Amino acid sequence: MSKENNPSVHIMRSPLGRARGLGAAKHGAAHWWAERATSVALLPLSLYFVVSVLLLKGADHAAMAAYMAEPWNAVLFLLLIATMFYHVSMGLQVVIEDYVRDDAKRLVTLLVVKGGIWVLALAAAVSVLKLAFS
Amino acid sequence: MAEFTLPANSKIGEGKTYKAEPGAKRVKAFKVYRWNPDDGKNPVMDTYEIDLDKCGPMVLDAIIKIKNEIDATLTFRRSCREGVCGSCAMNIDGTNTLACLKPIDDVKGDVKITPLPHMPVVKDLVPDLSQPYAQLRSIEPWLQADTAPPPDAERRQSKEERAEIDGLWECVLCFCCSTSCPSYWWNGDRYLGPAVLLQAYRWIADSRDEATGKRLDALEDPFKLYRCHTIMNCTQTCPKGLNPAKAIGKIKQLMLERQG
Repeated sequence: MSKENNPSVHIMRSPLGRARGLGAAKHGAAHWWAERATSVALLPLSLYFVVSVLLLKGADHAAMAAYMAEPWNAVLFLLLIATMFYHVSMGLQVVIEDYVRDDAKRLVTLLVVKGGIWVLALAAAVSVLKLAFS
Repeated sequence: MAEFTLPANSKIGEGKTYKAEPGAKRVKAFKVYRWNPDDGKNPVMDTYEIDLDKCGPMVLDAIIKIKNEIDATLTFRRSCREGVCGSCAMNIDGTNTLACLKPIDDVKGDVKITPLPHMPVVKDLVPDLSQPYAQLRSIEPWLQADTAPPPDAERRQSKEERAEIDGLWECVLCFCCSTSCPSYWWNGDRYLGPAVLLQAYRWIADSRDEATGKRLDALEDPFKLYRCHTIMNCTQTCPKGLNPAKAIGKIKQLMLERQG
C-alpha cells in the first residue's frame, strides 16, 4: 500500500506535492485508442461469428474441420480471437486500475488476469489452427 | 479496494427537529447534515421547518434564514448569492449544485442537504477542497507564452479564436462536477477530475497560450486523464450548464491527433 492510501500514515506533504505526485506516465493515449478501435472492429467480426455458428449448427468434427480449412474462415476466426482477447484484456485492466487501490495487489491482479487471457487466447488460436490444418 | 460503505464514524444519525412557528401556512422541512469536529460525535441530520411565506425563493435563502433566525451554529460557505463565486456548492435533493441557483420549489417533499460527496468534511456543509485546489494549481492555469505581448496593447485574438473558450471560461470552480464523479471518488488522489480537466482544456484551447504541447504532456497519464470513462455525471450536475465531459473528450482527441 502506498503511503498516500494508508490511513495510519501521517501525511504532512503539501497538497500540491501530492497532486503532482510522480508526474505524468506519458502514455495512455494508445491504450485508449486501441480500446475504441478494437470495439469497432468487433462489430463485423462478432456478426461473422454469429453467422458461422448458425451455419455450423449440428455440424460434426469433419464439417468443422472443412469449414476451418477454408483460408478466409481461419483468418477471420484468428482475427476475431486476437481482437476480442486484446479488447477484453484492455477493458479488464481499466476495471482493475479503477477498483484495486493497493499498488502491489494491483500489479499481481493485472499479471494474473492478463496471463489467464494469454492462455485462453492461445488455446483458442491453436484450436483454429489444428482444425485448419487437420 | 474501493469502499462501498461509510466508515463507522461517518454513519449518519437522526438529529434535532426545529418546528415551524404556529400559524405558518406553507411549511417545508429542510434536513441538513450536521457534523462538528470538536464534539467527537457521529454526523446527524437536523430538521428545520421553514415558513416559505417568510423566506426567499432559493435554497440558499432558506439556509441563511436558518442561520440567522433558528440555529446560528449551522456552518456553510456562501458569498455572492448569484452563481458566480461557486462557494455554496452542496448536495441538494441528491444532486450537487449551487444553493443560490436552486429554487426551493424544484424540490418535491423535504429538502435534504449534505456536503459535496466524498470530500473530507471540515464542519457541517463545509468540505475540505485542498486536494482539488492543489490539482488545479498543478495544471498551471495561467497564460504561458514566450512571445512578448505588444508593448502598448493586449494579446489579440480573432472572434473565432475567442469563441473556442466559450463554455470553458464560465466555470466558477465550485467542484460540483468533480465530486459527482465516481472515478474521482475512487481515485481522486491521482485522477484530476472533470473541473480541473475542463480548466486544463480552457488553457489548451486558448489561442494566446503557447504551452499546448507541454500541457498535453502533463496530462497524458492513465490516471490523471484516462480515469475518465465518460460517465457524464459532471455534465449532468454542472449548475452553470457547462460540459466538462466534452472538454475531456477534446483533450483525448488532441492526444490522438498529435500521434500522427
